[in-house]
Amino acid sequence: MNLPETILIIDDEVQIRRLLEIALASKGYKISEAATGKDGLIAAATHNPSLIILDLGLPDLDGVKILSKLREWYQKPIIILSARNSEEDIIHTLDNGANDYLTKPFRTGELLARIRVALRQSQGSEENSNLAFGSLTIDLANHIARKKGEILKLTSTEFSLLAMLAKNSGRVLTHQNILKEIWGFGYIGQTQYLRVFVAQLRKKIEDDPAKPQLLITESGIGYRFHE
Amino acid sequence: MIYDENRPNPDELLASLKFEEEKSKRGKLKIFFGMCAGVGKTYTMLKTAHAEKLKGLDIIIGYVETHNRKETAELAEGFELIPRKTYQYKSATVQEMDLDAVLARKPQIVLVDELAHTNAPGSRHTKRYQDVQEILESGISVYTTLNVQHLESRSDTVAQITGIIIRETLPDEIFENADEIEVIDLTPDELLQRLSEGKVYTPERLKDAVENFFRKGNITALREMALRIVADRVDKQLHDYMQLKRIKGPWKSGLHLLVAVSHTQQSAKLLRWAKNLSYTMGADLQAVYVETTYKLGSRESEQLNKNINLARQLGIKFRFITHSDMVKAIVDFAQKENITHIIIGKPRIRNLLTLLRLGNFVNRLIRYSGNIDVYILGSDIQTKDRFKENVSLPSFTSNIRQYLTVSLIIVLTAITCFSIKEIIGYQVVSFALLFVVSTLAFFFGRGPILLSATLSALIWDYFFIPPLYTLHVDKPEDMLMLVMFFIIALLNGVLTSRVKKQEMKIRTREERTNALYQLTRELSTATGIDEVINIAKNDIKKYFNLKSRILLRNESNQLDFTSQNDLNINLSRNDTSVAAWTFQHSTKAGKNTDTLPSSNYTFYPLKGNQMNLGVIAIQKAVVFTQGEEQFWDAFISQISGKFEREYLRNMAKQAFLLTESDKLYKTLFNSISHELRIPVATIMGASDSLITMEHPEEIRKELSQEILKASKRLNRLIENLLNMSRLESGRITPRLDWCDIHDLINKVSENLTDELKPFHLHVVIPEDMPFVKIDFGLIEQVLYNLIYNATQYASTSINLRVKAFYDNGIMTIQVMDRGPGFPRNEISLIFNKFYRVEGSKAGGTGLGLSIAKGFVEAHKGTIAVENRQNGGAKFTIKIPTEIPEVDFKG
Repeated sequence: MNLPETILIIDDEVQIRRLLEIALASKGYKISEAATGKDGLIAAATHNPSLIILDLGLPDLDGVKILSKLREWYQKPIIILSARNSEEDIIHTLDNGANDYLTKPFRTGELLARIRVALRQSQGSEENSNLAFGSLTIDLANHIARKKGEILKLTSTEFSLLAMLAKNSGRVLTHQNILKEIWGFGYIGQTQYLRVFVAQLRKKIEDDPAKPQLLITESGIGYRFHE
Repeated sequence: MIYDENRPNPDELLASLKFEEEKSKRGKLKIFFGMCAGVGKTYTMLKTAHAEKLKGLDIIIGYVETHNRKETAELAEGFELIPRKTYQYKSATVQEMDLDAVLARKPQIVLVDELAHTNAPGSRHTKRYQDVQEILESGISVYTTLNVQHLESRSDTVAQITGIIIRETLPDEIFENADEIEVIDLTPDELLQRLSEGKVYTPERLKDAVENFFRKGNITALREMALRIVADRVDKQLHDYMQLKRIKGPWKSGLHLLVAVSHTQQSAKLLRWAKNLSYTMGADLQAVYVETTYKLGSRESEQLNKNINLARQLGIKFRFITHSDMVKAIVDFAQKENITHIIIGKPRIRNLLTLLRLGNFVNRLIRYSGNIDVYILGSDIQTKDRFKENVSLPSFTSNIRQYLTVSLIIVLTAITCFSIKEIIGYQVVSFALLFVVSTLAFFFGRGPILLSATLSALIWDYFFIPPLYTLHVDKPEDMLMLVMFFIIALLNGVLTSRVKKQEMKIRTREERTNALYQLTRELSTATGIDEVINIAKNDIKKYFNLKSRILLRNESNQLDFTSQNDLNINLSRNDTSVAAWTFQHSTKAGKNTDTLPSSNYTFYPLKGNQMNLGVIAIQKAVVFTQGEEQFWDAFISQISGKFEREYLRNMAKQAFLLTESDKLYKTLFNSISHELRIPVATIMGASDSLITMEHPEEIRKELSQEILKASKRLNRLIENLLNMSRLESGRITPRLDWCDIHDLINKVSENLTDELKPFHLHVVIPEDMPFVKIDFGLIEQVLYNLIYNATQYASTSINLRVKAFYDNGIMTIQVMDRGPGFPRNEISLIFNKFYRVEGSKAGGTGLGLSIAKGFVEAHKGTIAVENRQNGGAKFTIKIPTEIPEVDFKG
C-alpha cells in the first residue's frame, strides 16, 4: 500500500472538518472535503475515495438519502459520523448500508480505529482462514476455535456466530443482521436467541465472562467483536 | 320597630347609589309622553333631535312612524335612516326596527317611535321596549314616544273611560326608570282642532276615530291622567334626589305596603291599584301569594302566572309562601317585613264551599293583623259571567273511572246491607255506609267523595228508611239522621282529602328539598367539568324529566358550541344566537319567554357569583308553574355555583403552574449556566495555555486530559438535558427487547471505569436470573445515573453494591452505597427536577435522579430510596417484565 488512501469527509461544520483533516492527515491519509450533500455526491464520483465519512444532518439533503444514493454505485466503506444518537437512527443507517456509526461528540482515536477496520475489511486483503485475538485463535476452514491452545467445544451455531463476529471484527453488527445471517429471516426480532448464545459464547471465549473483552455489547444496537 | 323619620335608610341609599352608577354606563332614555295620538310627540321628538344634531351629536333614526303627516315627514329628513327589517307573518309582511343594525351602527342617540309597540313574531323580543332596553345597555341613548293609555297600571282605567281595551302595554318600571320625560300637552280643543284640520288622520279614518275615541270627555280624562302621572313622577324624582344628596326632609319612608294576591282576575286590578296607592303614599310595596291546599285549575294557574308577571312589570317585589292557613301566613309575613298596610281584595262568595273557605278570611285577617292597617278593595267585576267560566271546579278533575269505582263500591255495600237489613236494622246501615265513605276519602279526590256521600245518602233514604222505595221520610228522627249522615259523610270526605292534599304538597316540597340535597351532595364529590355536566344533565332528566344541553364559556368569554354533551339537542343557527344572547345578557330566552320565543329550546343562563359560566338549553313543552320555576332556579344556581368553583379552580391551577414554571425556569437558568460555565472555562483556560505557553510534554498531556474531562462533563449535561426534554414532552416509549442483566451492568461499569476506580463494585445476580424485557439504553442510563451519583457523593466509602433479581413478574435492581445517605427531611424530594440536597458539593444539575425516575416510570416501574441502617443510601428499582417462556439451549 504505497498510495495514500483518500478519505472523503461530508460534513457542513467547518470545525469538525478541520479537526478530522488534522487527525487523518497525521495518519497519512489524503483528504477531500464537501460541505453539502450535493457536493459530497459529486466529490465521491470524481475522486472515488477509499472511504467516506458522512454526517447525517446536512443542510441540503438528508443523510440517509445520500447514503442510499451513494450505495447505488459506491461499494467501499461509509462511516456515519452524526449528532443523531437515537438507537433507531443508528440501526436504520447500519441496515441501509453504512459500515459503522459514530456519534458526536466522538474521540479521534476511536474514529481512526474504525477507519482502519473498515479499510482493512474492504480491501479484503488475502482471504485469511486463521484469525487470532489474543489467546483465542479461530480456524475458519476447519471450524475449530482454540483458547490458549485448547480446542473449545462449540455447537455449530455458536461457531457460526463466533465466525461471523470475528470476520467482522472491529465493526458493529446489528441484532437483526446477525439473526438474519445465522438463524435466517424467520428469526428476525427473536433477540432472546442471540442473547442466549452470546452469553454461552462469552463463557467459553472470555477470560472473565462478567467483563467481556472480546464480545462487546453495543447498547440497544448489537455487538462488536474486539479487534 | 323604631322609625327615625329624619334618617335615610342606608339600604335604600346604597340601592339608589348603585342604581345611579348602573344608569351612568347605560344610554339615557328620554320619553316624549302624551295623552293620546295626534298631540305631536313624534314631531317634538324630531325637533329636539334636530337641535341636538346642531350641537354635533351623532343621531340616527331607528324607527319613526310619520303616519303620512307632512310636517313630520319633512322633519325626518336629514337624519340617517336605519333600513327596517322585513318579517313575513302569515300572508302579511311586517316591518320592524333592525335592532342589530342599530347596535352595529352605534350612534350616540337613536330615535325609536312608539315604545309600547309589539314586535312581529320572529323578532328577537316580543316587545319594542325590550329592544330599547338592549340598545340602552349597549350605551346608546334613545328618544322615544309613549301615550298614557299604554302604561300597564293605567290600562284598566283607560279601558273604563274610553271603553277600548288596550293590548299594547308597557311595564311601569320602564317609564319610572326613564332618565327624562317630556310631556307634550295640548288642550282638548286644540287637539280636536288639529284633528279637524286633517293633521292627524286622513279624512276617511277621521270620522271613525272621532266617534270612538276622540270625544272631548275622553280626551280630558286622559289628559288629566297624563299630567298627574308626570306630576307624581316629579315628586318621586325629588324624593330620589333628596335621598341621593342626603337632604333632610319629610321622609315618607316607614310605610310598607303589602298586597295579598290571589289567582283571580280581580287581583290584577288590585295590583295596579296598590301600585298607585304606593306612589301617592310614597311607600314601598310588596306582593304576596299564599299557596294553600286548594288545588288550582289550569285556568287559575294561568291567571296566577299573569298576576305574578304583572307584579314584576309593575316593579313590585313578589313573594310566594306555602301555608295551609292564608291568614296566618299573611300576618306572619307582614310582621316579619314590618308591613304597615295590608291590601286585600273583597272576597267573592259564590257558593257554600267558597263561603267555608273565604267567608271567615276577612274577619280573621282583621282580628289577627293587630296594629297593621287593612285595606279592602271592592270588587267591580260582573260576577255572573265570570262565574260561568270558573264553574269547572278544579276539584272535579278526578277522572271518570274514579267516579265509577266509588259508585260501584257504594252500590255493592248497599246490596250487602240490603240482604242483611232484617238482622241489623236500617239505622246500622247508615254507619256501614258512613264507614265506607270515610274509607274512600283516603283513596279518592274530593269529587268522587262528594258523589259517594250523596249517592249513599240517597240509597239509604230510598232503600232502607221506611217508607221504602221513596225519597220521602216519615219520622222526624230519621230525617235528622239523614241530614246528619249527609253532613258527616261530606265533612269526613272533605277533611280527609284536604289532609291528603296537604300531605302531597309537603311531599312535593320534601321531594324538592331532597332533590336539591342529592344534587348538592353529588356535585360536592364531583371533580372536573365533565363530571359536573354529567351529574347536572342526569339530575335534570331525573327530577324534571327534561333533556338538556350545557354550553360553557371558553377562555375568550364566548360560548363554546363545540362540546357535544347531548346529541339529542341540536342547535340551529337561530338557536345558537339565542344561546349567545342569553349568555351575554344573563337573562333567560327562547321558547316560552319574552325574548326570541321562536326558538325550539328555552335557554337559562348559568350565573355564578362573579361571572357567567354558560347557558343551559332545555326542551320543554309546557311552562313551569311558579313552584317549579323556583325549584328550577334553585337547581340551576347550585349547578352554576359548582361550575364556577370548577372554573376558578382551573384558573388557580393554571396560575399555580405558571408560577411553578417560572420558578423552574429560574432554577434551570442558575443551575445550567453554572454547569455550562465551569467546563467551558476549563476548556478555554487549558487550550489557551497550550497555545500561548511552552509546556513540558508532561504538563501538556495533563492539560489535554483536563480538556477531555471538561468535554465529557459538558456532554453529560447535554445528554441529561436532552433526556429531560424527551421525558417532559412525553415522547419516551421504551423499546422493549430481551436483555441480559449481566450485560447491562457490565456496560454501565465499563462506561464509568474512571469514576469507579476508587471503589469496589460488587455485583450480585443469582445464577438463574432470566432475561428480562426492558429498554436496554434507558435502563443503562438509569443505572449509570445512580452509580455515578454514588461515586460522586459516597466519597468516604469504597464499597458499592448492585443487586438484581427476578421474582414473580417483577425485576428488581438495587444500588447501595455507604455514603452519607440523604437528610431525612429531604429524602422525599430528591427525585424532583433540579433538586439538590442542601450543602452537596459543587457540580451536578439535580437532573440525574429525576431522569432515572422518569425512565423507570416509562417502564411502568417504580424507584424508591431509603437510608441504610449502617449508613449510606439504597435505591430500589422495580420493573414489571416478561421472561422468555422456554429455555433454549443451542
